[in-house]
Amino acid sequence: MATAVAEVKAEKASLGSTLWSWLTTTDHKRIGILYGVTAFVFFLIGGLEALIIRAQLAHSGNDLVSAETFNQLFTMHGTTMIFLAVMPLSAAFFNYIVPLQIGARDVAFPRLNAFSYWVFLFGGLLLNASFLFGAAPDGGWFGYPNLTSKQYSPGLNIDFWVIGLQVLGIASLAAGFNFVVTIINLRAPGMRMMRLPVFTWMTLVTQFLVITAFPVITVALVFLMFDRFFGTTFYSTAAGGDLLLWQHLFWLFGHPEVYILILPAMGIVSEVLPTFSRKPLFGYAVVVYSGLLIGVMGWGVWAHHMFAVGMGPIADSVFSATTMLIAIPTGVKIFNWLATMWGGQVQFRTPMLFALGFIAMFIIGGLSGVMHSSAAADLQQTDTYFVVAHIHYVLFGGAIQGIFAGIYYWWPKITGRLMNEKLGKWHFWLSFIGMNLAFFPMHFIGLLGMPRRIYTYSPELGLDTLNLVSTVGAFLIGISVLIFIYNVWWTRRHGEVAGNDPWRAATLEWTIPSPPPPYNFSVIPEVVSRLPRWSVTQMKAIPEVPPEPIHLPGGSYWPVVTAFGILVMAAGALLHSLWVVLLGGAVLVVGIYAWAFEPFEV
Amino acid sequence: MHFHRVPLVAAIGSISLVLFLVACGGPFPQSALHPTSDFGYALDDLFRTIFWLALGVFVVVESLLVYVIVRYRARPGQPPPPRVHGNTLLEAAWTLAPAVILMFVAVPTIQTVFRTDGSAPEGALEIDVIGHQWWWEYRYPEYGIVTANELHVPRGRPVVLKLTSADVIHSFWAPRIGGKRDAIQRRQNRLAFTADSVGVFMGQCAEFCGESHARMGLRVLVQDSSDFAAWVAAQTAPPVPEDSLTELERRGLEEFREIRDPASNSCIACHAVQGISAGVLGPNLTHVASRGTIAAGMLPNDSANLARWLRDPKAIKPGSKMPAIGLSTDEIEALVAYLRRLR
Repeated sequence: MATAVAEVKAEKASLGSTLWSWLTTTDHKRIGILYGVTAFVFFLIGGLEALIIRAQLAHSGNDLVSAETFNQLFTMHGTTMIFLAVMPLSAAFFNYIVPLQIGARDVAFPRLNAFSYWVFLFGGLLLNASFLFGAAPDGGWFGYPNLTSKQYSPGLNIDFWVIGLQVLGIASLAAGFNFVVTIINLRAPGMRMMRLPVFTWMTLVTQFLVITAFPVITVALVFLMFDRFFGTTFYSTAAGGDLLLWQHLFWLFGHPEVYILILPAMGIVSEVLPTFSRKPLFGYAVVVYSGLLIGVMGWGVWAHHMFAVGMGPIADSVFSATTMLIAIPTGVKIFNWLATMWGGQVQFRTPMLFALGFIAMFIIGGLSGVMHSSAAADLQQTDTYFVVAHIHYVLFGGAIQGIFAGIYYWWPKITGRLMNEKLGKWHFWLSFIGMNLAFFPMHFIGLLGMPRRIYTYSPELGLDTLNLVSTVGAFLIGISVLIFIYNVWWTRRHGEVAGNDPWRAATLEWTIPSPPPPYNFSVIPEVVSRLPRWSVTQMKAIPEVPPEPIHLPGGSYWPVVTAFGILVMAAGALLHSLWVVLLGGAVLVVGIYAWAFEPFEV
Repeated sequence: MHFHRVPLVAAIGSISLVLFLVACGGPFPQSALHPTSDFGYALDDLFRTIFWLALGVFVVVESLLVYVIVRYRARPGQPPPPRVHGNTLLEAAWTLAPAVILMFVAVPTIQTVFRTDGSAPEGALEIDVIGHQWWWEYRYPEYGIVTANELHVPRGRPVVLKLTSADVIHSFWAPRIGGKRDAIQRRQNRLAFTADSVGVFMGQCAEFCGESHARMGLRVLVQDSSDFAAWVAAQTAPPVPEDSLTELERRGLEEFREIRDPASNSCIACHAVQGISAGVLGPNLTHVASRGTIAAGMLPNDSANLARWLRDPKAIKPGSKMPAIGLSTDEIEALVAYLRRLR
């Protein structure tokens, strides 16, 4: 199965063999691209859902969509953006960039990596297939029972959600273990932990959060699935179950999940800022440790999502205090970023604009976060548009802007061409203005009395104009994304050729050609400092041609077969057909068996 | 830099536009920023404290950001910047600074949390609030009143709401009265407040509770003690005697009483009218005509809207648990006439 490098290059592929090579690939770079493209398509779907939501809310009493459709749209918008867009867009960078940053030839388990991708794809398709049955999930992305129990949601909608999220959890967990092992074990000689680029560090923290948080939601989902399918009573008050059990489990997962979404973007920003300030990151160790601290403290704040459920003043006070504490390491990061630019030479290239936009918007999102960390004040804010404003400043202004910074930053490394700067600036400014028009008014819409998740509102509230402004902003964001797509299309042919290191950046991935050869590094580099390309002690140059033949893992179709087995099992569960589940289980077992005994050289 | 000025002005301009709309718009009848009870004031004071602190931090940090990117923007011909890696004193300073500011948030927060935990003073008026998909039931044990959607409370007397739910989780929120609390099956949450001005204050369910979550409105009517006493007297009066009904109203009563097939299509299966029926699934209708609105605050309570509602509830409130039972126009007219007499 091992393929010598020269053969890979010589292959001139037909369409069929190209498809086959992507279907069986175990190359972390190709899997990264698959993650990126797939997640971007889901991002567009989630964005389209958002635009329909905003169109419906453009004025009071609108009847563009029905209540039923609206509830499906906001449920799927949240679920899609969190699980199918932001997480896998980050995963695209984990896959493509992390091995390059640590000087590795691939991830620790290349086939498991492919398996993660295919399970993610199938899970995403399964969730969205619900639209074809007119039964998209409609219980909110948080899926509170007993609204999501069989009694109040008898349809297939919640079944799709419960099953789909469990499938996606498998993908996240497999990837989580893979990257923890990769980062700890596959570092090049000399790449000590405190020499890891901050993006790789934040990836590591994120993956620890994934492998600890996803089991929690899996347990919650299994309980709900058992309640719905087999009549258990975990969330049935009549039988002595407790509705708050779900809320505690869900947010025990849900708050670490917030950091799973934002830490990778913080990592990207920590790479982009030094490069375009021509200065090393200020307080590297402090930035790393505050990231770790955020990850750890993220486990102690979950009940701040539940200040209105009546936990009592002691629990409310404790969770207020822990939530306020988490603002400290977050603030420390922001100050270190500012200090990085202080005294530097700030270049306003597109990646830098998005990184600066991240800081500017994350400050707003962080401060509104402090506002509802106060349990008492939060009684007026929770479940209103004020919180919608907050999460979008953090997740759009934060995570999505960070991801776009990463896309513009690493695009030349991945494709060999620089994206168009002028289009990039249009994209940034339209998106920046659009997001502020869309999300800033939401603070007031919430404080002036509009709850979240309502498909219509009364003209008496006096909120028509503010809602219209917000809708206009949302469509500006839509236009900015179209400009980005045009930029991608334009860059394919006309983008400036990048060379190894168009930004004169410091980290290891810029020492090798763009796009990197299949083996990444012709020889495994010896790392002598944290900023190999900027340090006085130069690292040994990496030859352009490998001095000796490199054996690379070949492709394997067993990961996609195994993943398909899981899809069949999930479909069987939806159909309530034991036979289909068993069939899927058989495919899964055969897949794992064949995979385990496949001759596969790493 | 020149290129950046235009969009920056646009961004600042759009934020100013929003502030202008808020400052000069309104009235905002469901605003959390215009409290009218001690509970509301406590939350509002706390929010304002935090808001000004946050605004201060916002101005300082964003100004710093703008200063840094303007002052240290790249210019041609500069020598490479010095390689600074960190500064322990600075790190300590900006770790401590937010910690100190947060103390000024944490202390009043905890004080307010304990002050607004729903415990009731002596002599408070206790009201049971029960959330239903998608309407509110209020029970006044002190007076034996059962009503829906419009909560009457006396001005100046402490009130305690004891919240629970008949089905899924709801959240009682009348922003001008104060913050929200969830209404959860088999649990009891409490909200305590003393309203200080007479008026009608709008609110609605704040926890997503299914298809017509958006249509689960409520109103709090704060009344002077004499008006409140009059309301209590009217609500506790026996319903209109049968022999004083007109011919049309009497036919309406017959419709109301009729056992249909299936039985769930009968009015009396779900609705109570004192002395006539004892249904508990829908709102108590004993004094329905005394209410200003129907369908959880959606429509003014008049004959035309009652007729629309009876013809097809789901057309007005999607997913409504009340079925359209195929009444003829005559039957609806009679029922409306009867319901309008239940003052």
